[in-house]
Order: sequence, then C-alpha cells, then structure tokens
Amino acid sequence: MHPAPSVILFSTLSGLGFGLLFWLGLGYPDVTGWVAFAFFAIAYLLAVGGLLASTFHLGHPERALKAFTQWRSSWLSREGLAAVAALLVMAGFGAGLVFLGEFWTVLGLLGAVLSIATVFTTSMIYGQLKTVPRWNMPLTPVMFVSFSLAGGALLAGQVDWALGLLILAGIVQVAHWVLGDKALAGSGTTLATATGLGDMGTLKAFEPPHTGSNYLLREFAYVVARKHALKLRVISLALMVGVPVLLLMLPFHHFSAFVAVLSHLGGVAASRWLFFAEAEHVVGLYYGKL
Amino acid sequence: MTQLPETTQKKLGLVIDLDTCVGCHACVISCKGWNTENYGAPLSDQDPYGGAGSGTFLNRVHSYEAKPKDGPAQLVHFPKSCLHCEDAPCVTVCPTGASYKRVEDGIVLVNEDNCIGCGLCAWSCPYGAREMDVAEGVMKKCTLCVDRIYNENLPEVDRIPSCVRTCPAGARHFGDLGDPDSDVSKLVAERGGMDLMPEMGTSPVNKYLPPRPKDQMAGKIDLLAPLLTPVAEEATGFMAWLDKTLEKI
Repeated sequence: MHPAPSVILFSTLSGLGFGLLFWLGLGYPDVTGWVAFAFFAIAYLLAVGGLLASTFHLGHPERALKAFTQWRSSWLSREGLAAVAALLVMAGFGAGLVFLGEFWTVLGLLGAVLSIATVFTTSMIYGQLKTVPRWNMPLTPVMFVSFSLAGGALLAGQVDWALGLLILAGIVQVAHWVLGDKALAGSGTTLATATGLGDMGTLKAFEPPHTGSNYLLREFAYVVARKHALKLRVISLALMVGVPVLLLMLPFHHFSAFVAVLSHLGGVAASRWLFFAEAEHVVGLYYGKL
Repeated sequence: MTQLPETTQKKLGLVIDLDTCVGCHACVISCKGWNTENYGAPLSDQDPYGGAGSGTFLNRVHSYEAKPKDGPAQLVHFPKSCLHCEDAPCVTVCPTGASYKRVEDGIVLVNEDNCIGCGLCAWSCPYGAREMDVAEGVMKKCTLCVDRIYNENLPEVDRIPSCVRTCPAGARHFGDLGDPDSDVSKLVAERGGMDLMPEMGTSPVNKYLPPRPKDQMAGKIDLLAPLLTPVAEEATGFMAWLDKTLEKI
C-alpha cells in the first residue's frame, strides 16, 4: 500500500493525542488551571492536527462533512463521529479543570472512553479490509490502541504506566510483524483464485493490461520499502520502545522526558510507515506483483 | 445509503468468456470512449502523449500464461471490470453514502456529487475495479453502462454495455444473472461459470467462463518428416575417405 504522508502523520499524531486525552480524562496527571491548559493544548494540537492532516489526501475535502452520515456501515464514518464526540466531551471536561478547577468524573470517564474508541475506529478502517491480509487481523486494533495508550501515558508523565505499556506495545508490534509476514500466504488468495485458472497449470502474469502506471499500481503495489524492511523495523522498535524505556528508568528530568516523547513519536511514525509500505493488497496478484 | 440492499429485483451483470476472448482490448477502448463523455466526470488521462502516460479506465485486459505439468503453455486473455458484487465491500465502507448498490437491478454506482475521494472503496475492492480519477478527485467505476441499457433514444441493439456491443469475438455477454432462465444464466450453467476470489465473500454477479480444454495431440505429427530423413546414414566411398582425412588434419 502507498504510504501517504498525510495518513501516516494523521494516525501517528492523533493516536498520540487521543491517548493523552484518555489519560487526562481519567485524571492522570491530576492537574487544574494553567498546567491543565498546557496538557489539553498539547492533546488537542496532536489530535486535531492529525485529523486535519487526514483531509489532505481527500479528492474533495470540502465535502468532508458528508462523511458523518454513514456510521451504520462505515468505520471511516464512525471514526469521524467518535473523534468529534471525544473532542467535544473532553473540551467540556477540560474547561471545568482549567477555568473552574472542577473535576467532573463522569464527563472525564466518558471522554476517555470516546478518545480510545476513536483510536479503535481508526484501526478498524484498516483491520476490516480483507483485501489486505496483513491488516485483516484482530491484532491490528490491539496494536493501534496499545500504541495510543503507551504514548498517551508517556506524554501524561505517568512513568510506571508508560514503562509497562511501552513494553506491551513493543511485544504487540513484534507479534503483528511476525503474523503479518504470514498473513498473505495464510489468506489462501493467490493468482489461481484471483483468475479461477488454477486447474490449467502454473500461472504467470504474462502481459500487463497497460504499459504505463495507473492508480491501482501507485496505490496498491508499493514495493520500495520491502528491501530495507528489517532494518527499519529494528530502528522503529528502538525509537518507539527502547529509547523511551531507557530514559524513563533514569531519574526523571523534563529534558529526558522530552527526548523520550520525540523518540517515541519518531518510532511510531516509522512503524506506521512500514504498516502501509509492507502491506500487500491482493489486487497486486492480478499484476504479478506479489 | 451505504447499507447493502437485502435483495435486488434483478442481478444485471456480465458473463465473460475466457475461451473466446482474443485480447484485442477493443472493450477497453469502447468503454473509455463511451464513459468519458457520458455518465459522470470524464475519464482523464495524465501526460497522454508524453513518456509517462497514465489514465483512468473502467475495464482492463490482463493476459496470463498457464503452464500445465506436461504440454505446451496456454495464453489466456482476461478482461476485468467491476463485478457488481452482491456483498460489495466498496459500498459498506463508504463514509458519505456516495457508493451504493441499486435495489432495482443490483448495479453498483458512485454518486460523484457525494464522493470525497478518500479512496477507501478502492482499498476494499479485491479486483481493482475502482480507480480514482486524478483530475476530478472522485472515484470512477463501471456503471454497466446504465446510461445505455435503459436509453430509449438508442436503437434497441445498442441498449447493452458498450464493451459487450463492441467485442468482435462475442466474448462478453450481458443479462440478468438473477433469472435462472436468462441466456446468461444458462450459459453460466452450461460452461461452469466461476467467481473470482470466492474466498473474499463478495458474491460477484459477473461470472467468468473458463477456457475449454484444448485438443491434445497424440504424438508428434510432422508431414514433411518422412521426406526429409537422410538417405545415407553412413558415408561411403570418396565421401568416407574425405571425412576420415579431414578428421586427421
């Protein structure tokens, strides 16, 4: 799959932003006034910035409001609704903390649930696709949610939670890679099922339908990354989990915490880039590209 | 509305005969021609006369080689367009309701005024039947020539999809696959029409007829062979001497 920068930016930033909102909603850290304002500002910049970035790849962003209508069947529509609901509820909750010094437990709890539900709906946009076997598994939502919770805990300064969740997210990530590498073969979809010609012998894509490129090849047959995939996986895991865990085990300092967050952000972005670049869409079979 | 209809009154679709298709790509061209100037946004090309031409097409013809364990390889031309699936994933993933399946005939269409060009429907299609138009930023797909098949301004003979009307080999058939007595349904039953990627659970309406087995030749038949067998296997006389002498040099 083509790793569109806008989608990688979106899912990385908003995943982290909604993760932070989740912890804020539960009252970690327990802050009010200007400190709370700073935390909420960071969370909203990440979450809303990510959402805005996601509209960059649309052909017609001016019609984006229509995407709120089909929540009965569409995970993308559900994501939009969940995101807006989470942001509205958390805005009310945050206003209470910042301006009134009030902790509205129920509103915070609701906001936390909606925030993590947003991340879940994002993950299901990918997880639902049978056409991309590497994504079409329950571990995909588990991975998105665990990244979000871990990153959120890191941003919220919850050292103990962050340590445990980062390691958990790392384990989930490795499992997703290992299972993902076998997913296409395990899906049973081959050129033989794609063409129905399996009984005739060994099949080979002999001649493509067009000599130039097209939307399908640009969008679905992205193969550039696979050469360096292993190196990138190691780099991503080290930045996302390794460096932040080491820094968190040192005595707490704002600067090392800042470096840990930056490192984690870079690692998640690299992992998300791989998530797309390594994903094989079955349409590639028709072109003999898998 | 992106929820799929429970049932459709008709299941209009194509039956494509892989035995008959000669791979001429006439269906591709006629499809592009008809659909670029009729339903919805035109099918744009980028850099059509340059070195890196690319464009939007609703129908494309692949070619595959099938090599049996013994015997010669066979070439199969393979036209591919939207299969108008009964359980179309492209419809349910659409966030805006632009993508829909018609209750009356089962045709899957895109309402381009509602399309935000997110591309998720193309991601969900295992067949590569949808292509985003780069110039318009909306998703394009086969309409089964919905603007021909009901068009009373056209002579009756033309009220079939453009690709079917054009095919010089008669490899494409159009009809109601929901009616077991229709010509296309009979053809599918007779020839063992098949679904593409049945494991995807999309229940395609379009069917593909597999190539018929080719005649197998019993042994090598070569009409000229008896006339060309060498008359003298071993050289004698002067030629034998020449052969020996030349060997020695």
